[in-house]
This record gives sequence, structure tokens and C-alpha cells, in this order.
Amino acid sequence: MVGEQEQRVWQVLATVPDPEIPILSVVDLGIVRFVRWKEGALHVGLTPTYSGCPATDVIRRSVREALDEAGYHEAALEETLTPPWTSEWLSPEAHRKLREYGIAPPAPRAISCPRCGSHSTSRLSEFGSTPCKAHYRCEECLEPFDHFKCI
Amino acid sequence: MSAPDLLRYVLRLGDTSLILGQRLGEWVGHAPALEEDLGLGNLALDLIGQARLLLSYAAEIEGRGRDEDALAFLRDAPEFSNLTLAEQPNGDFGRTIVRQWLIDAWQLEVYEALQASTDTRLAGIAAKALQETRYHYRFSSGWLVRLGDGTQESHGRVQESIDALWPFTHELFAADDVEERLAAAGVAPRLDLLEPRWSARVSDALHEATLTRPSKVHFPWHGKHGVHTEHLGHMLGEMQHLQRTYPGAQW
Repeated sequence: MVGEQEQRVWQVLATVPDPEIPILSVVDLGIVRFVRWKEGALHVGLTPTYSGCPATDVIRRSVREALDEAGYHEAALEETLTPPWTSEWLSPEAHRKLREYGIAPPAPRAISCPRCGSHSTSRLSEFGSTPCKAHYRCEECLEPFDHFKCI
Repeated sequence: MSAPDLLRYVLRLGDTSLILGQRLGEWVGHAPALEEDLGLGNLALDLIGQARLLLSYAAEIEGRGRDEDALAFLRDAPEFSNLTLAEQPNGDFGRTIVRQWLIDAWQLEVYEALQASTDTRLAGIAAKALQETRYHYRFSSGWLVRLGDGTQESHGRVQESIDALWPFTHELFAADDVEERLAAAGVAPRLDLLEPRWSARVSDALHEATLTRPSKVHFPWHGKHGVHTEHLGHMLGEMQHLQRTYPGAQW
């Protein structure tokens, strides 16, 4: 029974997009740490990707709105820091979506071009347009692309 | 372990991140290349994020109804307890890199050790900050080597910055009573144990960068006790202007 209830909440959360990479949901990102009922009240745990990520506040508001719309008006959002988020928490689904979106998913070695698939790529900048991305270029098709950083 | 000790310690860490982050923010729109502009801006963002976590915690320990914003925007220079090194002006790009690299190397050791703190909140913040700091160190040490082992001009300018900033490094490991009491309680790391690791890391990078390590300086600056160089006041004048002029302004 409780399992089903939680499942429904996870489904609601899976509709909340990341404001900076809207192709990913907060569930894909791995930042929803838990959904649980405690003494009849719903508790949802969120963790930031980067401690200074400006999207964190927006995500919190979007999660609140989605839960409100789904009727979970009393849900308590809890911020958790431990264990710290890592890019390894991105779901396999997230890797696929990122690639389709034109962003190379996190990979410690052999970063491949999301457009042509070549492994011949070089880093242009350790940092990109958002805290979670670095900037790369493909040496085959010569297109620049974003890489979701590994931390 | 007493609450006043813990408060002072958390403020030191938080203020160092905040002040360094604000300094880096001054580069936005002025860095030598777009990539470095993004890089320094991103570092600033991480540092200010870490400062928020630390200053919120400090505000809770203090328990006087202040929040992280009140601590950042409504304290005067003598109430700030950042490392003196963090407030030093940006100078040229090389000077900023040297300052960043010295503090990144320090934060690497401190956060690594703090993960084992008996204060679980602090340990959690440290674990989060450590991931980001590793990335910062890669950026700053990479540039140190490129500039040091670069042209005669870049080598000379970076060496000059190392010589100018080196005196401020003494404070990094000069433990006072607060830090010693917290170390005895397992809350904070023992700075004398961290120094050799920092020192070895710094020497290795200097060697790779073909730069010379200055000799030891024994004069300790006292930023963590609220005694600052004249640069901090000017910086706070800019950083706090809006909140002081329009209290509580939000956008």
C-alpha cells in the first residue's frame, strides 16, 4: 500500500524538469533522494547538484508546485547534503536523453561527440554555460558541444 | 567543545569562501578570454554556494535570528574572519590564479579532513565542497603551470605574485586556541598535521611550473581574528552597498 503511494509521488516528480536542461527530470538527475511517509505526512528529500547552482531554488519551487497540483499540499521538502550528489547518480535514461539533446553525458574517459559519435574530442574549457557543464569540440565533425561534468 | 568556538570556526570557513567568491566575481566580463571568464564565474558560484551552507549553519549556531544574508551583508570588516589571503585584490589574471591555487590547495586538505568531523553537519558540507574544490584545484594548478612554464613575461609576473602573496600563507596553518580546542574534540582537523601535505602539494606544482618557492615567513596575518588588510573594507563597500542602501531588497 505504502509502496504504491510512494510510486505515485515518484511519477509526479518525474514530470518536474530541470530548469537548465529541461530534457531531464529531477528524478533523472538523481537529486530526489527519498520519498517517504512519516506519521501520515509526506517527506521528499532533495539534494543540490552543485552547492552554488542557481537552479536549486527554482527546482524546489517546481517540485512544490507539482506536488501541490497532484494534491500533496502538506508535503515537507527536506534538503539533504549527505551523501553528496555525484554525476554517477544520473540514470541510464538520463544518459540517453542527454546524448539526444546534444550534451555528452558524464564519462571519466573517452568523451564521445553527441552528434557523430567520434571519440576524437578535445576540451575547450573546464567550465561551460552552467555549473554542471564543460565545453568540448569534436575533432571529426568539428562541432563544439557541452559535456556534463563528472564530479 | 563549545558553541562559541564552533561558531567562530564555521564563520572562518564560510567567510573565506564568501570573500574569495566575491573577489572572483569581480572578474566577470573582464577575464582575458571567454573560457576563463566562465571558469572564474563558475568558481565564484561554487564558493558562494559553499558560503551559504556554512553561513546558514553559523547563523543557526549563533541563534540570534540572523540568517546567512544578514551575516554576509550586514557585518563590518572587523566582524569578518576570512583568511587575509582571500581578500587580497585580484591584480592581473596570474595574481588571481596564484591566490586561488594557494587557497584551493588549503581547502582540499581542510575539507578532506573535515569529512571525518564529529560534527556531522560540518562533515556533510565538507564532503560536498570537496568535490567542487578538486575541480577548482585542477583549474588553478593547470593555469599556474601554464603561466609559470610559459613565456618569460608570464613566468616573471606569476613569480612576482607568489612572492607577494606568500607572506599570507602563514595564517593558513597557524592554529589558535579555538582551532586547537576544536581539534581536541574531533570537530576540526589539526592544522599542524595538514601543513606538510599542503606544503608538498604546493612544492610539486611550483616545481612543475618552474617557479621558486619563497622562504618561510613567520609573520602571521590575523584575518581569522578580524584584523584585516585595508582591502577588505573597500570590497565590502561594494558588496554590501545594495543591502545597506535598500535594506531587505530582493529581486
